Amino acid sequence: MEEVNKMEETPNNPSRRNFIKGVIAAGATVSSASYLFRTSAAGQTQTASAPGSVERLISLSVNGQERRVDVMKQETLAQTLRYKLGLTGTKLGCDRAECGACTVLIDDVPHYACSVLTHTVRTKKIVTIEGLASAEGTLHPVQQGVVDEQGFQCAFCMPGFVMSAVGYLKTNPNPTREQLAHGVSGNLCRCQDYDKILTALMKGAENMRGA
Amino acid sequence: MAVIRDMMPVFELFQPASIDEALNLLDAHRGDVWVLGGGMDSFDWLKDRTKRVSTVVDLSQVGELRGIKEANGGLEIGATTTLTEVVHHPVVREKFRILAEAAEMVASPQIRNQATLGGNVSQDTRCWYYRSGWSCYRAGGNICYADTPTAINREHAILQQDRCVAVSPSDTAPALIALDAEFVIRSTGGERVVKAEEYFLGPQIDITHMTVLRPGELLTAIRIPATWANAQFYWEKVRDRNVWDFPLVNVASAMKLSGTTISDVRIAVGAVAARPLRLTAVEAATKGKPRTEETASAAGELAIQGATPLRYNAYKIPLMRNLVKRAIRGNAQATT
Ligand SMILES: Cc1cc2nc3c(=O)[nH]c(=O)nc-3n(C[C@H](O)[C@H](O)[C@H](O)COP(=O)(O)OP(=O)(O)OC[C@H]3O[C@@H](n4cnc5c(N)ncnc54)[C@H](O)[C@@H]3O)c2cc1C
Ligand code: SF4
Ligand code: FES
Ligand code: FES
Repeated sequence: MEEVNKMEETPNNPSRRNFIKGVIAAGATVSSASYLFRTSAAGQTQTASAPGSVERLISLSVNGQERRVDVMKQETLAQTLRYKLGLTGTKLGCDRAECGACTVLIDDVPHYACSVLTHTVRTKKIVTIEGLASAEGTLHPVQQGVVDEQGFQCAFCMPGFVMSAVGYLKTNPNPTREQLAHGVSGNLCRCQDYDKILTALMKGAENMRGA
Repeated sequence: MAVIRDMMPVFELFQPASIDEALNLLDAHRGDVWVLGGGMDSFDWLKDRTKRVSTVVDLSQVGELRGIKEANGGLEIGATTTLTEVVHHPVVREKFRILAEAAEMVASPQIRNQATLGGNVSQDTRCWYYRSGWSCYRAGGNICYADTPTAINREHAILQQDRCVAVSPSDTAPALIALDAEFVIRSTGGERVVKAEEYFLGPQIDITHMTVLRPGELLTAIRIPATWANAQFYWEKVRDRNVWDFPLVNVASAMKLSGTTISDVRIAVGAVAARPLRLTAVEAATKGKPRTEETASAAGELAIQGATPLRYNAYKIPLMRNLVKRAIRGNAQATT
């Protein structure tokens, strides 16, 4: 994927034309929320030349698929997922690392997608709430636990909680209630009952061990 | 200031693959460049437009900056090692427990999974006037909004106030000072190494910077010497909520005993001044004394000498006194 670091530093780097052609060819990268991405042309049309420069058109591994996408330098993963790749299950609550609604797995580890630059995860595997169910639609055991126990009210916070729980359970498949509470302590719910959420996630953990 | 805006303002992004490449980039863009570790402090500034930069150098692809190595009975921790990696490292847990305890109490699991140790000690203060973009002393202006008769300053400083009354927010800093860590700093001009307590600056020295890092410099590693391995440790952080919250006051101590006598001790307190404070007077006064309630109480009283409250933070004075007392008395009797 990356010729990024290898390009020669030359004035008027000719790769710029190829780069723009590439962007046009990849028509699928057009943004569905273009109002979000108005930016001055200046910072966005530079070519990759100096060591460490980054290209805008990159491949991301999301939910097991390689997705070609045009990503601005300052774009967060939450923005790429929601507005470029249509994966709106990842929610934006605060956009400041303070709520957990945007939690996704990056190489199996929970992160706040609102606080990750998309360019930093080029080489990683990203899993969002959309990537948990099987191809035939069978829910992930933790999702099934949520359904079984009716764990959430409005459920805006639910994808984040589920992703945190799935990530945590990879490190500790058989947690106590207290341990799991600590595991998902980076997620807030503004509707209701954390106790009920925990019951649902504990049920999910149990389902996972049974699966 | 959690206001969702459309998108961070435009910047040019570089992702160097080595320290040398990163340092060259810092030189080439000197004056208008931002170093990005995990970004957990940086993104707020950029999203809120309170700081603007045209170039960001992201350290995430510099493999040689990440990881923990054993060295001379101690450890060398790369600057971009995440707090979660620090928390789980077996040697940190076994020999230098206060660092794992401190790192584990930072923010939330997702933040610890991304925040770097280098970023944690280099982060800016949380004074909300400053972070909201008010042109106070720390922002280069000539007034402190947190030290006025109507200011909200419950979280601010009780010691070493000098125009600015902001505090050091880092949880790992006091633990690193107690462990007598050294910070390795590099630029294209070479390497320098500073003691943990000398990495941090108060407003008397520099009112617009929290650390000794100069433009063009990177913190590359933190070295923990063998000296305090398996000492008697004490760590405590007092905060409003158990997740996400910064310390109101935190304390770390490392102690060596011969019998019941304190033969050597290091102690540091955070969130009471603009830099984490190593309490050298307390160390001197307790060395050679028995580790008793009496020694601990005297240490607590000594620690708060000269403390001056602002309008809403007088509570920090007894809080600091009691935490220092506990940190000298030790875990066994830490019941009050
Ligand atoms: C909601 C929230 C809660 C938080 N709670 C806590 C808490 O309880 N305790 C606590 O201690 N912190 C807390 N933090 C702060 C955060 O954890 C720390 O700021 C974090 O460790 C920073 O690391 P980072 O790598 O993400 O920093 P970055 O944002 O990447 O960097 C922070 C600063 O250091 C500079 N920098 C980073 N790495 C280097 C380097 N190698 N060389 C030179 N300069 C460098 C950057 O330029 C920047 O100015 C919280 C943050 C948030 C958003
Ligand atoms: S305490 Fe410091 S950072 Fe806060 S308003 Fe005063 S000068 Fe600015
Ligand atoms: S939207 Fe990312 S933590 Fe709130
Ligand atoms: S169920 Fe509504 S925010 Fe959690």
